[in-house]
Amino acid sequence: MRTAEQMNGKVSRRGFLKIGTTAAGGLLVGFYLPGRNTAAAQSLTGVSNLNAFVHIGSDDLVTFIIHKPENGQGTTTSLSQLLAEELEVDWTKIRWEYAPINAVYASGGLQGTVGSQAIRTTYNPLRQAGAVAREMLLQAAAQQWGIEKAQCRAENSSVINTLTNARLSYGSLADAASKLPAPAANAIQLKTPAEFKVVGKPAKRLDTPEKITGKATFALDVRRPGMLYAVVARCPVIGGTVASFDATDAKAVAGVRHVVQIPEGVAVVADNTWAAMEGRKALKVQWNEGANANLNSAAIREILATAISTPGNVARKTGEGEGGLATAAKQLEAVYEAPYLAHAPMEPFTCVADVKADSCEVWVGSQLPSVANGNAVQASGMPAAKINLHTLYMGGGFGSRGGGAYVTEAVGISKAIGVPVKLTYTREDDLQTDRFRPASYMKFRAGLDADGKLTTWTARVSCSSFAAGGMRNGVDNEGVAGIHDTLYAIPNVQVEYREPGLKIPTNYWRSVGHSQNTFFTEAFIDELASAAGKDPVEFRRELLASQPRLLGTLNLAAEKAGWGKPLPAGRAMGVAAVNCFGSFNTQIAEISIVQGKVRVHRVVSAVDCGIAVNPAGVAQQMQSAIVYGLSAALRGAITFDKGRVQQTNFHQYEPLRIDEMPIIETYIVPSTSNPGGMGEVGTPAIAPAVANAIFRATGKRIRKMPFNLENFA
Amino acid sequence: MAAISFTVNGQRQSVDVAPQMPLLWVLRDTLGLTGTKFGCGMGLCGACTVHVDGQALRSCSMQVSNAAGKSITTIEGLSGTHPVQQAWLEADVPQCGYCQPGQIMSAAALLARTKNPSDTEIDSAMRGNICRCGTYQSIREAIHRAAKGGVR
Repeated sequence: MRTAEQMNGKVSRRGFLKIGTTAAGGLLVGFYLPGRNTAAAQSLTGVSNLNAFVHIGSDDLVTFIIHKPENGQGTTTSLSQLLAEELEVDWTKIRWEYAPINAVYASGGLQGTVGSQAIRTTYNPLRQAGAVAREMLLQAAAQQWGIEKAQCRAENSSVINTLTNARLSYGSLADAASKLPAPAANAIQLKTPAEFKVVGKPAKRLDTPEKITGKATFALDVRRPGMLYAVVARCPVIGGTVASFDATDAKAVAGVRHVVQIPEGVAVVADNTWAAMEGRKALKVQWNEGANANLNSAAIREILATAISTPGNVARKTGEGEGGLATAAKQLEAVYEAPYLAHAPMEPFTCVADVKADSCEVWVGSQLPSVANGNAVQASGMPAAKINLHTLYMGGGFGSRGGGAYVTEAVGISKAIGVPVKLTYTREDDLQTDRFRPASYMKFRAGLDADGKLTTWTARVSCSSFAAGGMRNGVDNEGVAGIHDTLYAIPNVQVEYREPGLKIPTNYWRSVGHSQNTFFTEAFIDELASAAGKDPVEFRRELLASQPRLLGTLNLAAEKAGWGKPLPAGRAMGVAAVNCFGSFNTQIAEISIVQGKVRVHRVVSAVDCGIAVNPAGVAQQMQSAIVYGLSAALRGAITFDKGRVQQTNFHQYEPLRIDEMPIIETYIVPSTSNPGGMGEVGTPAIAPAVANAIFRATGKRIRKMPFNLENFA
Repeated sequence: MAAISFTVNGQRQSVDVAPQMPLLWVLRDTLGLTGTKFGCGMGLCGACTVHVDGQALRSCSMQVSNAAGKSITTIEGLSGTHPVQQAWLEADVPQCGYCQPGQIMSAAALLARTKNPSDTEIDSAMRGNICRCGTYQSIREAIHRAAKGGVR
């Protein structure tokens, strides 16, 4: 990422590819990514089978065209580490550029970062790319010296002649190397984890310097010549539309230039953001409130509670399923619930658009630039070739910032008035027009045998599908995530799903279905441990006897937390375990009750994420994920009245603050397995770990989020 | 509208804007100093924190007319090698980075009046700054680091 000045300058990211392949020379290496699009790669570069790129310039600069946007998760750093490992360059000197929108960068049809996939999908391709480039540079040096390639070795951006100790820089070899055939990536032996010099070592983030000086550019910071500032009045009832509006008073506000209707509402455009906000206050709009006009949270809860009272579509049936309950020595039943949640990233949605007669330029932070690009195509009415989308840093996303209305609105406004426009969402807009983590109800019935062994486990869940396309055979895959695929060894399992038919827009939210399902299952497992008269850690150990990776995190967390040892008066611990996104995590929370409310003092988190590419990044992601999950667990809830979101700003949807921050200790289980995801695995377990600790402190079972609705005094 | 004059990062500025316009938008939209961020508009999150005559204040909730004649420092006005920024670099605090200019301005104001703050003093000075990425543990570490003389 470059600063605003550089970004607004002459060398575009598109230009870079052209320069790389033609004018400027140097060595350009393309490489495979999963879901590659060979035809697209060929059309872009004239070289087949390439789909992401590394360029080594004759000036020694290594440029990495990065296709995973930086959302705070540290991908720019960890992916650079992966590339540098085989390339043998100083990874801190790697310069990076965001990829332009092109099918060559897409995996699974999407270009961007979702599902904790950035490292998982690039672990092999990036190391292979580094190895291919290194081998070509070695070959070029060998030819120049008239020796065998085997007599050369690569080190710190140079090739060394092992016979004479002569040294040639990568930059001086790049042009010659570019004329050589690229070796087949799979013919090169990659380093074993034991040989890693960069991967697996704690690395400082490459983006820190610009983020501590205010120079890092978010969409909110983009300024274009002649740009105006917009906010949009949208129907306060979810799904409602504009009936009519009167712009007279809005236009009388000093600085307001335009009031225009767009499909999503009425835009007020002004000389500055504040004037636009003042204009919107003065705007008079009549709304068609639509189908949600009478919807409220009590009705939503009733719909969900009713849904789980009758059988649903079977997501899994193992053994005798619910039939196993008949022979159980002891039965347990419980209903759990979780509310709607907003994402509330610190940067509200922002997008800058400049639509001209024959072009559409967009500046946006997006987890899925290819989706945002599609939004621009749709709203501008122009073909994809006319869209020039600049991917910027995101001020958080957590699943929300894929694209959608904030892009279509900005493009629509600029198209309507013919000047560059910066659209800003206020915090109120952000909370009230988000696409929410769906509310959920789950009913468990389970059976224990005479020895307290869990023999039957049934779960029936109802929550809206998280996103279009998630439904298969009447079951939303995220709605049952972590339940139908539990790692606990249980002979009889039955999992059912019911779609509740609610008309509230939903979206992925950090850890998606696991965000609520892990609370339900891990709190209920704790109830079962109590019913069996067993220690919660011991009860889980027995169920995980054949699951070494999750068991490994359970054992490590228990050891580091001092599970079972005496605690100071008033303190209690709770445990929860989860596997998701290719990683395994156990958390133990230590809490007390202060003035009737839960106070979390310490969280011990043990994670097995395979090879930890950047252990410092793993610790950062763990802290981040726990804080995100704890904010929701303690007081996160979006509620509705007359179809309107009742929370307006951070005083009513208040994230964890520093004075509530527990000490978080992260322990990484050593592993040589391929990396798992780290962006989300830390979020699910904190809520049940805290709920289970509350039970041990108070004797009270918590079956509803958020917890601090209750007074525990 | 009459011009309102004040100093920003040592430079005298005169702006001709509505007197009730919040300082935040004058800094960002009128003066182009985009390091100061917008997060809530109600003084609830601290992303817009700047120094006004040395005091950490939420610029989203301060009318520009109240800044007349005052000396304002924004994140762009810190040297880049300010002990707090150095400590932030050393502790590798930011994740998404959006709230960090506000966090740094709050921390710099804290350290200017309390040379060696306790955890409790840090919590009380910093609780107005929300970080959704949960960098609070690193923030505490960085403030202690800065108090001990920055980079070691």
